[in-house]
Amino acid sequence: MKGSTESPSVNQTSVPAVEIVGINKSFPNASGNVQALSDVSLRIEQGEFFALLGPNGAGKTTLISILAGLTKADSGSAKIMGFDTVREYRDARTNLGVVPQELVFDPFFTVRETLELQAKYYGVKNASAWIDEILENLDLTSKSKANMRALSGGMKRRVLVGQALVHKPPVIVLDEPTAGVDVELRQNLWSFIKRLNAEGHTIILTTHYLEEAEALCQRVAMLKNGKVVALDTTANLLRGMSGITVQISADAVPPSWATRGGIQASGAQGYTLSGYAELEALLTAYREANIAVKEMKLGEADLEQAFLKLTSKEAA
Amino acid sequence: MSDVLNQTPSPIPATNAGAQLRRASQPILGPGFKALFYKECLRFWKVGFQTVVAPVVTTLLYLLIFSHALSEHVKVYDGKISYVEFLVPGLIMMAVLQNAFANSSSSMIQSKMMRNLIFILLPPITSLEIFCAYVFGAMARGLTVGFFMWLLTLPFVPWHAMVPNNPLWVLAFALGGTWILGTLGLVAGIWSEKFDHLAVFQNFIIMPLTFLAGTFYSIQTLPAFWQKISHVNPFFYMIDGFRYGFFGVSDVSPWISLAVVVCFMTLLTIVAMRMLVTGYKLRQ
Repeated sequence: MKGSTESPSVNQTSVPAVEIVGINKSFPNASGNVQALSDVSLRIEQGEFFALLGPNGAGKTTLISILAGLTKADSGSAKIMGFDTVREYRDARTNLGVVPQELVFDPFFTVRETLELQAKYYGVKNASAWIDEILENLDLTSKSKANMRALSGGMKRRVLVGQALVHKPPVIVLDEPTAGVDVELRQNLWSFIKRLNAEGHTIILTTHYLEEAEALCQRVAMLKNGKVVALDTTANLLRGMSGITVQISADAVPPSWATRGGIQASGAQGYTLSGYAELEALLTAYREANIAVKEMKLGEADLEQAFLKLTSKEAA
Repeated sequence: MSDVLNQTPSPIPATNAGAQLRRASQPILGPGFKALFYKECLRFWKVGFQTVVAPVVTTLLYLLIFSHALSEHVKVYDGKISYVEFLVPGLIMMAVLQNAFANSSSSMIQSKMMRNLIFILLPPITSLEIFCAYVFGAMARGLTVGFFMWLLTLPFVPWHAMVPNNPLWVLAFALGGTWILGTLGLVAGIWSEKFDHLAVFQNFIIMPLTFLAGTFYSIQTLPAFWQKISHVNPFFYMIDGFRYGFFGVSDVSPWISLAVVVCFMTLLTIVAMRMLVTGYKLRQ
C-alpha cells in the first residue's frame, strides 16, 4: 500500500486550503481547565489528502469543530480557503464540508429530503442532478425515499457523507468516517473520496485505522494532549522508522527479552527491533534458552509504529 | 484497501474543487432562511395529526365542556355577548399561543438532544436567519391551528359573532402573540438541556399564564386583587386584544394591549438574538 499516495494535484502556490495559526482551546471540568489544544499551527495545501491522527482526547475533533465554527478558540486563528472562520464565517463555511463523527440524523425526513434541505441551507439551486449523483455514488439510490430512521448505521453514515458534499465544497473534513462500518462500505467510501481528491478537493481525515491514513494520505499531523507532535509527509515519517517488527510464536520467552516484547492479538510475542543484527541476537536468546520457535513473522515499519513511537516519546 | 487504491479515478461531475467559493451578495434573509423556514413548516406538517389536528380537537372539547357547563351561569360584558361567543376567541388564541411555543421549543430541543442541530450550525446561515426561520415556523403552526379552530367553531356560535369586528386587531394580536410565544419557545429550547427542563417551561409558565389570562372569564368578574394580578400577565393582553378584534369590547384598551405585546416582542427578540449570536448552549 505504501508509495501509492502521491498527490494528484497539490497546489502549493495558491491560498492554502486550511491555515491554522496558534490555536489554543481549553474546556472547564471538575478539576479546573483541561487544555484541549495548545498552540496548534497547521497549513494544508489545496488538493492534499491530509491525516489528522492521535489517541482519544488528543484534540482532533476539537480542532475540526473550530474549523467548522462549532467551537470557539480561546486564541489563534483559522482560515478555510483564505477566509477567516470567525470574521468571514459565511464564506469559510461555504468552502467547507464536514462529516461529523457522531451518527446524527433528522428523523422527520427521507434521505432525499435530507440532502435537498442541506443543499438549500448552502443556497445551492437546482441540486437535483448532483444529489442523484451523490446517491448513486454512495449506493443510496434505492433508499432515497426511505425515512432516515429506517436506515442501517452504515447507510446513515453514507448520508452524512452526502450531506457534506451537497454544496461541492473544495475542502472536505471527515471525522472518523469509517468508524463502525463494514469493510465493503469502507472500500466504497474510500473509492468515492479518492475520486473527489483526484478532482482537486482537499480531504482532511481523522481515523483510528492507521492503515487507511498510511494508504491514502500524503501528509500526516499527529496530535497528543492537544499538541502537534509530528507533522510530515507519510513517507518521511515511515523513513524515520528504520526498525523491523517480529512476531514469534513459542511456548516461553527468553528471560533476557521478557521486558522488550508484548503479547499480540494473535497470541504471539511481538518485538520492535532496530534492525536485523538485533534479530540475530533475539533468535540466539531463544536458542540458548532452549525455546523452540514455532512460527515467526517479520514486518517493516508502519504508521502505527511511528504513531506509537512519537506519542510515547512525547509522553516521556 | 489495496484494490481501492489501485483503481484509476473515474470522472465525476464537474465540481468546484480547488476553486475558492465566495458567496454572492444576498438579502438579509437569504436562501438559508428560506430553507430552514421551509424545514420548520415541513416538520410540523408531516406530523399534522399531532401538531394541528390534536390541539384543534382538544380545544373543541374545552369549548363543548365549558360552554355547556357555564353558559347559563356566567355573564360577560354586561350580557352584551353570550358566554360561548366570549369563549371562542379566547380558546382560539390560547391554542394559537400554546402551539407557537410548542413548535419552536420542541424543534430546538429535539435538534439539540438528537445532535442534528449541527446540520444548521455548519452552513453559512446567520443568527438572524435562524431566529426568523424558527419564529416564523412557530407562527405558521400557531396560525394554522387558529384558522382550523375558527373554521370548526363556526357551527357552535352565531355566524355574525365569528366575523371579526375589526380584522386588523385580530391579525395584529395573532401575529404579535405568535411572535412572542415562538420566540419564547426558541429561548426555552436553547436554554433547556433536557426535555424535563422544557416541561418546566410548558407546565409551570405557559399553561398557568394562558389559563389565567381571561380565556374562560372576563377579569372584570374577578375580585380587585386578582384583577391586579391579571394585569401583570402578558398573555392577558394578547387574548384581550384578540377578543377586541372580534367584538369591539375588551377589559382594557387594545392600544394598551398592543403596547404590552410590542414590548414583550422586543424584549424576547433581544434575548433570543443574543443567545444565537453568542452561541449560548449551541456552540462551545
